[in-house]
Amino acid sequence: MTLWIALIATAAGCYLLKYAGMAAPRRLLDNPWLRRFAVAVPVALLAALITVEALRGEGQALAWDTARMAGVGAAVLALMLRAPFLVVVVAAAATTAALRALGL
Amino acid sequence: MKILSQLRSPAVRDSLGIGVAVGAAGLAFGTAAVAAGLSPAQSVFLSLFMFTGASQFALVGVIAGGGNLVAGALGALLLGARNTLYGLRLADVLGWRGVRRALAAHGVIDETTAVTLVQPDRESARTAFVTTYVVLGTFWVASTLVGALATERVSDVGAFGLDAVGPAIFLGLLWPRLRDEGGRTRLTALLGAGIALTTTPFLPPGVPVLLAAAAGLIALFGPEPGHARPAERRPDAAEERNEEVGS
Repeated sequence: MTLWIALIATAAGCYLLKYAGMAAPRRLLDNPWLRRFAVAVPVALLAALITVEALRGEGQALAWDTARMAGVGAAVLALMLRAPFLVVVVAAAATTAALRALGL
Repeated sequence: MKILSQLRSPAVRDSLGIGVAVGAAGLAFGTAAVAAGLSPAQSVFLSLFMFTGASQFALVGVIAGGGNLVAGALGALLLGARNTLYGLRLADVLGWRGVRRALAAHGVIDETTAVTLVQPDRESARTAFVTTYVVLGTFWVASTLVGALATERVSDVGAFGLDAVGPAIFLGLLWPRLRDEGGRTRLTALLGAGIALTTTPFLPPGVPVLLAAAAGLIALFGPEPGHARPAERRPDAAEERNEEVGS
């Protein structure tokens, strides 16, 4: 139940953020500080998410998992080759799964 | 015949392509959500109502790590805040008010914004927005359900390499910006990753990612990047779109 409440609240919050932009006064866009920070924040958050998820261990600990890191490496390779989004994701999962099957 | 000619318009063609390709990524979300412990119903709920990929993945990532729900929600909202910025720019281009605006707001995400802002006039902008929104949304929700139901039947998530899916998706979202923008964007990413890495052992899951938002502050120093942000400036719209798809 707690989980449902969290999901509903977060979904509502995400909608309100979208609506706020559609309904806000235009001049907000003229504030260069706000604009620069808002454009930069996703970069910082995504980089943090990549790091934390790639190195996730038990609980709060960080851990190196060779099969998982190879999957992330495969994703990087696919991105460098400009592969479509879904190919990138499948390459990562397939690489990790293959290495695990081989006993890594 | 009208439908045929509409299908040939660039606005619809772009929208269909992006809508189908990105919508199919819901498969990965359904997978990640169920692997994190959500039910298929909860996974589909998020895709239907939250409807903003990065935030959805961030939230289930925190839940998977056994993290604090409040921290997870805040992280999702911080990531979702860029949609506010998109909404600011789309409002002028689409020119809708009242109920239509309220409905359209739900569809404000990276991809709809990217496709809409490169259109030459209001009519094609509206067509592009609605087509991308409907096609992407439908595929996103449907593929979430498929991914969730399939994963529910998988006993060992690790054996299928599903733990590599999360990082791969975030990489896919971040990559175009790392590639196309200057050194400051890369520095922001590096600093964000560093903050998360060094604080993870000491803080509850979810909180390190929130702290990493502080890395965005370095965007406030130095000269303003040369990007033409407002949608009115058309000449570099193609470049801008490239950058937006991944943000």
